[in-house]
Amino acid sequence: MNPLRPIGAAFLGFLAATGQLSMFTSTAIWHCVRPPFFFRLLARQMIDIGYYSLPVVGMTTLFAGMALALQTYSGFSRLSAEAESAIAKVVLLGITRELGPVLAGLMVAGRIGAAMAAELGTMRVTEQIDALTTLSTNPYKYLVVPRIIAGLTMLPVLVFVGDIVGVFGGYIVSVYKLGFNPGLYIKASWDILQAIDVISGLVKASAFGFIVTLMGCYHGYHSKGGAQGVGAATTNAVVSASILILITNYIITELFFST
Amino acid sequence: MTDSKTTSRTAPMIRLDNLHKTFGSKTVLNGMNLDIPQGSSLVIIGGSGSGKSVTLKCILGLLAPDEGDIFINGESTLAVFAATRERTNRNIGMLFQGAALFDSLTVWENISFGLMQGEGMNRDDARDIALEKLVAVGMERKDADRWPSELSGGMQKRVGLARAIASNPAIMFFDEPTTGLDPVMGDVINDLIVNCVRELGATALTITHDMASARKISDRIAMLYQGKIIWTGETQDIDHCDNAHVDQFIHGKIDGPIKMNLRVA
Ligand SMILES: Nc1ncnc2c1ncn2[C@@H]1O[C@H](COP(=O)(O)OP(=O)(O)O)[C@@H](O)[C@H]1O
Ligand SMILES: [Mg+2]
Repeated sequence: MNPLRPIGAAFLGFLAATGQLSMFTSTAIWHCVRPPFFFRLLARQMIDIGYYSLPVVGMTTLFAGMALALQTYSGFSRLSAEAESAIAKVVLLGITRELGPVLAGLMVAGRIGAAMAAELGTMRVTEQIDALTTLSTNPYKYLVVPRIIAGLTMLPVLVFVGDIVGVFGGYIVSVYKLGFNPGLYIKASWDILQAIDVISGLVKASAFGFIVTLMGCYHGYHSKGGAQGVGAATTNAVVSASILILITNYIITELFFST
Repeated sequence: MTDSKTTSRTAPMIRLDNLHKTFGSKTVLNGMNLDIPQGSSLVIIGGSGSGKSVTLKCILGLLAPDEGDIFINGESTLAVFAATRERTNRNIGMLFQGAALFDSLTVWENISFGLMQGEGMNRDDARDIALEKLVAVGMERKDADRWPSELSGGMQKRVGLARAIASNPAIMFFDEPTTGLDPVMGDVINDLIVNCVRELGATALTITHDMASARKISDRIAMLYQGKIIWTGETQDIDHCDNAHVDQFIHGKIDGPIKMNLRVA
């Protein structure tokens, strides 16, 4: 057998998948900007993503902020006399620019992306998506658009809350464990804070929201082969969203902060 | 309206012209031709995996054939705008093999889904129609607010049927309506299908491998084998047709020209 054959087949498979994803993405975006819209479905998705993800995102950013403060202290206090401002700075920049959006994105990928892939995948294999079409309802408009718009808009909200909670986590550790002066810590944080730090994080959040919901919908929509296929779709949705989040995170950081 | 009536005597309601469909290296439809006259009820029979569902999905526009053309009411349905396709689908009611009810919606919301989402009817009117259709398929009004997951398979099929007839379509498709049901419930569904189709005066296309159901529902029967229609005729003629494939299929014989690809593991 020709040893190049499997490589060629894999390459063709990759091209086919890329083409299918591009088609899916452009069709979804096209329907995002054209009426009719299903506002009730959008509201339900926004609540699901924005409200019910709050505890998960809050917990992760809280402990991330706490760990960051502690870690920075053990690293910097030996070098710097101004440990307070160093810790405040690292926590604030670390949370708003990187950890807040990335952690929220990954958590939502696990929580929302997986659920979307499972739901749409089940609808696909039980022919519910076909049924939508026969009932003169476009499945992109009915299923995909509300989810993507909810992801785009609600992830920044989640991350904004996560930023506050994460910075608060750093404050708790600094004040109650490391014994810093609360007033000085808050002042140091406030002096460092720049709009661009928060804004870049929110831009990331929106991009991650798009990625998570797109991957969830895409893998669910194109799943096949019964329960096993739905399981595979769920896994693929989470894994691909997580990888894309980390890649996109680097790219956006590069765009905003490399001078 | 009068126009379509005069043309319908010459042109069939649905015409499949030389359909080809291949998945990867597997040829499913291989030059399929079929005419379904207006107001008739045709059943396509054929073994599992012979491409019956693929045929239906091509007609519905859920799959695109590789070659050939599909005409509904004399007009080609391929290569048309999405809006045109949607208008065509509004005239078609489909009962899916597994009923395909939306499990996030109640029974009555399922039945009136096409009316509310597709045609923009308000909820009160849509609910009235849903209740009417629910009774028409032999269920009770109090079932309207239940969830699909609470219903038995036979009841789900009935709700699926009610959803299919909700918009009084001119064309009805049934994908294996009796598969997975016990014989009694299967016969109930057969009767409902016959009644609904007659009341609407619809053109019906059913695919099945259940011969009892096929005999009951159909005026005409067509047999799909290896991607082609190999026999078509009046239902009463099927028992004395001289086609060996049909004869083997309707009597369920092991010996005959149809070879199952049974691989011994
Ligand atoms: N979307 C698809 N992708 C690949 N193969 C398919 C697809 N749909 C159907 N097939 C194949 O086409 C053949 C016919 O399927 P189907 O029309 O569902 O059979 P049936 O006559 O039992 O309804 C089967 O072998 C099936 O594996
Ligand atoms: Mg089938």
